[in-house]
Amino acid sequence: MVDPHHVADVAVHSSQLLRWIPLIPLLGAAVNFLLGTRIQARAGRGGVAAVAIASSLASFVLVVISFFSLLAFDEHSRLVIDTVAPWVHIGSLNVDIGFQFDPLSAVMTLVITGIGSLIHIYSYGYMDEEPAAWRFFALLNLFMFAMLTLVLGDSLLLMFVGWEGVGLCSWALIGFWHQDHVNATAGNKAFIVNRIGDFGFLLGVFLLFWSLDSAGQASMVFRELPALVGGLEGMALWGVPVVTLITLFLFVGATGKSAQIPLFVWLPDAMAGPTPVSALIHAATMVTAGVYMIGRLSFLFAMAPATLEVIAIIAAATAFFAATIGIAQNDIKKVLAYSTVSQLGYMFIAMGVGAWSAGIFHLVTHAFFKACLFLGAGSVIHAMHHEQDMRKMGGLRHYMPRTFWTFLIAAVAIAGVPGTAGFFSKDEILWNAYLHSPALWAMGFLSAGITAFYMFRLVFMTFYGECRADEHTREHLHESSGWMTWPLIILAVGSLFAGFLGVPAALGGSNAFAHFLEPVVGHMEHTGHHSLALEYGLMAASVGIAGLGILLAWLIYVKKVFSAESLARIGGGWPHRVFLNKYYVDELYGATVLRGTMGLSTLFAWFDRTVVDGVVNGSARVTRIGATLSGAFDFRVVDGLVNLTADAIHAFGGVVRRVQTGSLNTYLYVIVVVVAAVLFAGTWK
Amino acid sequence: MPEALGLQHFLLVGAALFCMGLYCVLTRRNAIGILMGVELVLNAANVNYIAFSRYGVGGVDGQVFSIFVIMLAAAEAAIGLAIVLGIYRRSGSIDVSQMTSLRG
Repeated sequence: MVDPHHVADVAVHSSQLLRWIPLIPLLGAAVNFLLGTRIQARAGRGGVAAVAIASSLASFVLVVISFFSLLAFDEHSRLVIDTVAPWVHIGSLNVDIGFQFDPLSAVMTLVITGIGSLIHIYSYGYMDEEPAAWRFFALLNLFMFAMLTLVLGDSLLLMFVGWEGVGLCSWALIGFWHQDHVNATAGNKAFIVNRIGDFGFLLGVFLLFWSLDSAGQASMVFRELPALVGGLEGMALWGVPVVTLITLFLFVGATGKSAQIPLFVWLPDAMAGPTPVSALIHAATMVTAGVYMIGRLSFLFAMAPATLEVIAIIAAATAFFAATIGIAQNDIKKVLAYSTVSQLGYMFIAMGVGAWSAGIFHLVTHAFFKACLFLGAGSVIHAMHHEQDMRKMGGLRHYMPRTFWTFLIAAVAIAGVPGTAGFFSKDEILWNAYLHSPALWAMGFLSAGITAFYMFRLVFMTFYGECRADEHTREHLHESSGWMTWPLIILAVGSLFAGFLGVPAALGGSNAFAHFLEPVVGHMEHTGHHSLALEYGLMAASVGIAGLGILLAWLIYVKKVFSAESLARIGGGWPHRVFLNKYYVDELYGATVLRGTMGLSTLFAWFDRTVVDGVVNGSARVTRIGATLSGAFDFRVVDGLVNLTADAIHAFGGVVRRVQTGSLNTYLYVIVVVVAAVLFAGTWK
Repeated sequence: MPEALGLQHFLLVGAALFCMGLYCVLTRRNAIGILMGVELVLNAANVNYIAFSRYGVGGVDGQVFSIFVIMLAAAEAAIGLAIVLGIYRRSGSIDVSQMTSLRG
């Protein structure tokens, strides 16, 4: 087993290039935020799109350069850091603003900037009638900045900055068309649910810092942590090992950001945002932040088997339940949203069984095919004049062949057909899950079948059969422009071939992907020996169930052997209703959390009005009485004295003013008389 | 008969001049009349200076003083007349009993 602890000891490379990977998108965002309206007025949407696409592509180029320079290093010294500025140095907390680039960051940044750039390009085609395109592209770039900060930050604190940043951009982009109240509400829901998770994340970070501090030395920097966390062994808080508590809190953060049970409810609503946003943020990048975080802190999670058990169970449940909900949805984006939740569940299964690199591998392949699916759906929605209901589609493969073919390839990939990306990554996870516990494997296995079914239900309902759109829409059906189809084609190629990065040993590969990540995440050794035959058998089984799912979808939605309506009535129709209504989770939260909160706030409001306001009003009344008395004293006594002085002077003046008659003769008489009197007095003896 | 003329005669003339000037100043309503009264008073003082210079302690101090007073009187008359002219332009009258704008 490779010891991940050695990372702290190796010679560290340093590069000033690193900071520009997140900073260039930030610059792009700044340009579009500050000058976007002017650029758009002068150069049209193309101007703002060019700024955004150029900064995203520049960032991608930097990532590729950094990646190849990383490859040139020795396998165990693949770590580049770039410390930008001192940040917080208080007591035992010493954190700098710094970025680090290692194999894990490299994989994440390649996905983010590569797929992100494709989605930027696609967005230019998609947002072709958007008057506020500058705001859209600025937010996309800002999101890129936050996401890159999240994966490149070399400390938990900087990671948290990115973590909150992506949440903020997600909120702004879900509610991008905020003129429609529903969208604004969906954005708020995403933000609030994410905040609940972020609170857990913060608690985890605080607890980690506090317990490291009391164990001797505290640090928030990733490359220093592995050497320190050993000191937490044996520490306990409230009778629970402190590592378990820390990792559980961190996982709460991951359930929020990565839409796992119980905090997954925001992701389907997040589909209110423009479709490129759904592809970038709610499929390919932001929602995988939780997976990345666990991968980054895998040395910590490896110390907490109880947490891993919790993660695996929640993840398997999420994968399964989200897949079943996906069966009954009619909104094309909602199906994909639940599919994303389900696939994220797969990634967390991998994390839960300690197969870190398998989880990250699925993250990468999923980014390709899910981005492709979302962008394909966006292409359909664009052509259908923003119609998202699959019951009003059908037969679209004749109208938009490129979208159809790329969508089909991605669907094949997510279903796990052998040779495609999804096959390798999903089977890697299922194999590791089986080694951990066959029950876990069974959940993943069933979900794989359901996934294949609902994906092909979507494909068949959308692209096959008769077109059920109204006359007007059908007349305007058209293939999307090259801005949209070329990204689709590139992503489809990725969906087909990305899997070959990690061909397992059982299939004659070398699992290069896992090998590449090993210095960062290490890997867990499984006890016991398992035969190759078992691995082949499991592969065959999952391919079989995927094939079964596809076949079933074909029989129901193309051949109409069974009608979907009669299936929906099975068991009195309640299973279908439960799936359609998402297990009533929103209603459950509405009845418990929301109503509880509302009730509590009503109570607090009453308390506030009667008790708190009573005290405040009482003190105000006392003050008023005091003020009245003081006012009277002021008016009568103080002012009285002042006025008295003034009155006395006035009266005196009234007397004296008579002297000043204004008559020159009078003055002269007075002068003569006075002078005579003085002279007379001078001679008086 | 020069012996018959003594200091008292001059002082009597000066006193008479002073009284006439003072009377003129006190009774006149015409501003120019008042100024003329003032001239009389000043000249009464001049007569006294000269008389004391001739019959008193000796020296020419008194005569020098009277020259000064004449100069002063000329200056005073010039300024006084200018003020009177200004008042006339302003109000069309030089009657001091009507100049009451400084009454308290």
